[in-house]
Amino acid sequence: MGSEMINRRSTLKSLALGAVSILAIAVASTFPAQAENKELKIGFVGVTSGPAAAWGTSNVRSMQTRADWLNEAGGVKIGDDTYNITIVTFDDQKDPKRAIAGMEKMAQEGIHYVVGPNVDDGAAAVRPVAESKGIIYFPYAFPKSLYVAPASNAVLGMVANYQSGPAIYKYLKENKSVKKVAFIAANESDPISQRDSGVAAAKELGLEVVAETDTYQNDTRDFTPVLTPIVQLKPDLLVLSGVAPANAPLLIRAARELGYEGLISAETAQDATVLQEGAGELANGFISVGGASTPEIRTPLMEEFIERYTKKFGEYNDESNTKVYALEYIIETLKANPKAIDDVAEFKKTIDSFSAPNPYAKDGMLKYVGTTSFGQKRQVSVPMVVTEFKDGKFETLFVGEVD
Amino acid sequence: MEQVIANGLYLGAQYALIALGLTLIFALMNVLNFAHGQMYVLGGFVTYSIYGQLKLPFLVALICSGVSLAIVGALMEKFLFRPVIRRSKREESTMLLAAATAFFLDALILLLFGEKQRGVPKIVSGVFISDSVILPYDRIVVGLIAILMIAAFMLYMQYSKPGRAMRALAQDRIAAQLMGVKVERYSMIGFALGAMLAGVVGGLLVSITGVNSGIGGPISIKAFLMVMIGGAGVVGGAIAGGFILGMMESVGLTVLREYGDVTYLVIFALLMAFLSIRPHGLMGKPWG
Repeated sequence: MGSEMINRRSTLKSLALGAVSILAIAVASTFPAQAENKELKIGFVGVTSGPAAAWGTSNVRSMQTRADWLNEAGGVKIGDDTYNITIVTFDDQKDPKRAIAGMEKMAQEGIHYVVGPNVDDGAAAVRPVAESKGIIYFPYAFPKSLYVAPASNAVLGMVANYQSGPAIYKYLKENKSVKKVAFIAANESDPISQRDSGVAAAKELGLEVVAETDTYQNDTRDFTPVLTPIVQLKPDLLVLSGVAPANAPLLIRAARELGYEGLISAETAQDATVLQEGAGELANGFISVGGASTPEIRTPLMEEFIERYTKKFGEYNDESNTKVYALEYIIETLKANPKAIDDVAEFKKTIDSFSAPNPYAKDGMLKYVGTTSFGQKRQVSVPMVVTEFKDGKFETLFVGEVD
Repeated sequence: MEQVIANGLYLGAQYALIALGLTLIFALMNVLNFAHGQMYVLGGFVTYSIYGQLKLPFLVALICSGVSLAIVGALMEKFLFRPVIRRSKREESTMLLAAATAFFLDALILLLFGEKQRGVPKIVSGVFISDSVILPYDRIVVGLIAILMIAAFMLYMQYSKPGRAMRALAQDRIAAQLMGVKVERYSMIGFALGAMLAGVVGGLLVSITGVNSGIGGPISIKAFLMVMIGGAGVVGGAIAGGFILGMMESVGLTVLREYGDVTYLVIFALLMAFLSIRPHGLMGKPWG
């Protein structure tokens, strides 16, 4: 009886092993390219929950869309090896402490290239970890100290407000006769530092700043009391410094309902659906820095990216026109110098001379910029697109370039 | 100044409504419901889905918000808080459970409804404009609904049988039990009612302030602030706390404007001073 059972068990085990082997051979012969590919992990540390979640989510979704697409096409050839891209994400909840934990996690996983964090204090907090663990990171944060030497591991992933702000104010002064400006910001380090640089830029242009110290708690739900005294000052332009996508429609709506008729602008990227749902037609005319693409300048590859993103996640975010770039810069720079795959010093060497065709914008080039603002190339070059919101969509006001 | 007072009254009405559910649950069960804000958010998203997405009437969406949150509240009481209260004499057990529930609901809401700020079309268009006050009609309507709901809630608590039973429970649980009040049943009704209030106010305010998955925590903190001002577990205290906080915010943001964002600093400083003199709040009793 006992030996019979053992025989039966052995037979079953052999059958199972055989089945698994056949399956493994079948899978291996079906996907030969993927099986041979190495894995290249790219990290993301940023905010994907809370009022500013749209900023980080557009990063993650852009990276995942592009990574899936590249992997589907057989992977990315860097040097002699072909890699499949894996995106490792960490939600820092806009908390610098969690951002540090996220960067530590990336280091533990052996990741050398990270996109994010999305805000100033998070980006500043992760700097020691990134520098000590050999990580190059692409923050969407504006403090110059992150990009000016001796700092060298951070590469700004977008156009900074002190680069876009003066361009916007100048345009509005010349084209919309703006003379009086009021600033309002959330009582947090990012928006306040953005407000201060905005105030300085406005004053330099000769504009009268009628409100420059007004702030609100970031979790404010009703902005009427905050905006009542500002609206009474009747500025020509109300600047929502560093405004989170969740708060922008509420501020716009409250200002308009209080009878404010002037212009409203922000130097941070916004979400068209959120604006439409939260403020509807009251948001018409709202000026902000849009994603780095317009129908006029985008390539067929960009069109396909938008299509794939929309198919994958249900709706597109205009900000992803900018967020698509960081991963592309990482991959293209690694292609230019394969030694950089696990040596960030090599990556830094390549930054100065790197140049490649821009797959997303017609006649554009991928290159690192920032020498004027930071004294070294620590910023990705993306088109600076200033948009005006109209009936649920962003329309291009003008396109500029940094550096 | 009239505008500032109007802003304060409107804020106060919505704050009072937010605080009512929290104080009711505390009064009945001695539970600090940290998940109150998340219940508000859930109510907001139910209204968003039904009114904003499915385009059904706002009233239907509001009722659905109330009913679904009442069910969530009843289930939470029956399967989570009741067993914990039965098994543990330590008050922090329910606090930890409430905190865990808050985190769980936060994650669940994020998963179900996404990270974006969501809004719905205005329920009433137009703005009331006079020489001294500008107030959108939808805020007037929401403010009036909030006041009506507060009045209805107080009448229900005062004159209905469940209301009287719940008040008896809040005053003295053991005495109420000895008088034949079914503690478990009315605790569940009370928890469901508190959750329903959070859901309805979330649904009501989604038409003005929208909703996003990250605002539950801040809403809870504000609700606790109001309850601390008015006195924990006292319905009248929650209402008073709501109106006081609304008025302080509105006046502070105008009067203290030139000093920067000091309004909440001043409110917290005043609250600390006030609590050191009167730790049980305006209407709370020193013995609990």
